[in-house]
Amino acid sequence: MKSLSEIETTSKRASKAIGFSWGVSEEVAKGIRLLELFGLPGIKNLNQYYMLMNKKKFDNLSVINKNNKSNKSALCPINLGISFLDQIKKLESFKKITFSNIAYPILFIPFLSRSSEIIGKKILFKFDKNFFLFNFDVNIFSNLSKKKFPLIAKKIEISILDNKDSFTEREWKNLYKLSENTFVEETESLKKSAAGAGLTDND
Amino acid sequence: MNIKLRDPNIIMKLSRLGSFHQSKLSFLRSFLNEFKDWDYNRDLFDLNKKGYGTAVYSFKKKDRVYSLICFANKINDHERSDRVIATKWDAAFTLHDGIPKKKDIERLRNEVPKQEVGRLSYKELTLSRANKSVRIFEHVVQSLSNGVQPNLNLLDKVGYLYRTTAVYGSGKFGLADRFRIKNREEINGPFRLEMMLVYLVRQFTFDQVNHVAKNRNPKKAIKLDPHICKNLGIGNSTGLGMAPFIVNHPTLLNNWIFCRETALKKIRELKKVDKKDSNLFKNCVRNSIKNITSWNTDSEYQLQKINLLLHDVRKFLTFLEKKFDFEKYYPFNELYLWLEKETCDECIEYIVSIMLEPFDEIVQPLVKKMSSDEEKHFNIPTDRTTKDLLSIIEKKYSNILTINFKKKENQKKFWFISKNKEEPRFADRFEEQGSELEQPLAIARDIKKLHEKLLSLRKSLTINEFLIDNSDLRHVIRRAFIVEKFPYSEIQDNTIGENTIPIDMLRLKLSFFGALKFDPKSDKWLRICMFQGAPLPNELKNFDDQWVYKS
Repeated sequence: MKSLSEIETTSKRASKAIGFSWGVSEEVAKGIRLLELFGLPGIKNLNQYYMLMNKKKFDNLSVINKNNKSNKSALCPINLGISFLDQIKKLESFKKITFSNIAYPILFIPFLSRSSEIIGKKILFKFDKNFFLFNFDVNIFSNLSKKKFPLIAKKIEISILDNKDSFTEREWKNLYKLSENTFVEETESLKKSAAGAGLTDND
Repeated sequence: MNIKLRDPNIIMKLSRLGSFHQSKLSFLRSFLNEFKDWDYNRDLFDLNKKGYGTAVYSFKKKDRVYSLICFANKINDHERSDRVIATKWDAAFTLHDGIPKKKDIERLRNEVPKQEVGRLSYKELTLSRANKSVRIFEHVVQSLSNGVQPNLNLLDKVGYLYRTTAVYGSGKFGLADRFRIKNREEINGPFRLEMMLVYLVRQFTFDQVNHVAKNRNPKKAIKLDPHICKNLGIGNSTGLGMAPFIVNHPTLLNNWIFCRETALKKIRELKKVDKKDSNLFKNCVRNSIKNITSWNTDSEYQLQKINLLLHDVRKFLTFLEKKFDFEKYYPFNELYLWLEKETCDECIEYIVSIMLEPFDEIVQPLVKKMSSDEEKHFNIPTDRTTKDLLSIIEKKYSNILTINFKKKENQKKFWFISKNKEEPRFADRFEEQGSELEQPLAIARDIKKLHEKLLSLRKSLTINEFLIDNSDLRHVIRRAFIVEKFPYSEIQDNTIGENTIPIDMLRLKLSFFGALKFDPKSDKWLRICMFQGAPLPNELKNFDDQWVYKS
């Protein structure tokens, strides 16, 4: 078994060798490490993509807008990922961002996951019939993990989710009420003798 | 009194970093302190008469066990090489997480002796190999088998029976990644498991030499005197492999230096110093003279440094004993200021290390702060501006910005990774091929390039906007934002100049390991000694913390 350290080092060197700058190669390497750590096929897909890069041209998108269309070629997931990561503070205000045609969408995933951590919001990545939910770079939830990864994502929608509860106020109140059973009812005597601050605040 | 931390523009110069010495913060010393109450055991010692076979040593506490597995093999003299290109060694070692099962040992017997071309598993934590100092090992075996102790003069000249030629950890060759074990309290310090491996290897070398001597002459042989054992360490040959590490781990480098600088600052801020503490300091300086006079090297470069060090330490000692009064307020600040005025860099750093000796209450909390969660500082704050970046660079890299990289001598060298051994190398850009595959270790040059680019901008941009057209500078933009928060994270010097001495970078790292007696063999590799004078495993429960100055 390869260690994550080996995975990171080799991914960085391979990325430099294919033509990315050292700084971008560092980002790719961190991303592949993240994918493999989460049990996603990072090395396999990076390998395939780099072999394809030698034969085929991919588009770059330097500035990301709310709605983005690629030209004839599919978008490079690495350059797009770097742009997304770098521009995430601006993109946060869009709430929903669309793209068409991203090659090897799995390679785009680590950048979204890290972006989620930077802005402290969950990010939902939907393409075709698949979705990934990124939770602050702590975990990734998806309906696709065990299937073969698509080589291209045709219609992509990225939603930046507002931080809100996943439960109703009623559900919360019910649970809170139950938790109250761990509290002690205070008598007058306890109110006077057991508290710390608060008794002489107006002196 | 508020003493400022020393200026990174002075401390982070290569020549200064190359003058660092071991201290109480060094990893081998903090390892001994951490593991002193663990149970040591020799679990297996299955060597043949010639000393070839398998041995297992362990440290145990509650449910946690770390086991060193040793494989000693026969090799021919012509196969023995300390260079990283070697393929056979006298012994190979791995530190296993837990108690190895028979099938683990069998698996490792096939892999560990192969070193870089073998495969380890997540159950192994560190990997190493070592070669005998042939003349010393044979002399000791011969002496012991004849019933006499070896010649101490000869032992003093070398200082060890074996020298390691590499110690690997953190995921190399399939070893466990650091993240798997980083939450274990006992290894909350850099390189602690590497130190454990080297320490246990030292004991193996004593056991092996006794075993071979006994088998050579069973009736007459005696054991190596424990006092002699104690004065033997483990040698190490170190090449350029270590140099990129300190460039590639900026926050870790910062934490090492920052802890040392913080300790010095706090000691200089002590208004009054107890008699027992000042006496301990004086004794250590006095005793340390032997460490200098027994420091052997053929290197002219190092000999000059040692002579100057000896001269200046003697001068300091005279001042300390005849002119200095520890009753004064802020005595260590006064001593430090005297050192800066009167002595060389090597002596300043040597005495700074000794200043830490009496002050456990200052040093021990810092020992726990020497690791780094590097991932936390990886993201570039792309919403900041080029104006911010320019200001950081001008403030934090002011000396580097004065280097003229258009001059050939300032960019004469380049760092690359060799194809045959995947090891770092350092070569002449204008005479050798391969500079187009240069590693990103010329930080000063690239920072200067970034600075020039920033100066040419007509208006301030966000970093995100700047990066769109300047992807080639991304690696140094990341570093600049790191150095903003971590003042000692960057070597404030040119790492590719004609006069760059790579062993300065090795020396820095080795001093934090706790190495003694740096012996440069060229400007690119050196030999050192570790654990010389350190307590033996059976003495760990109660040992003298200043053993370094009593070997």
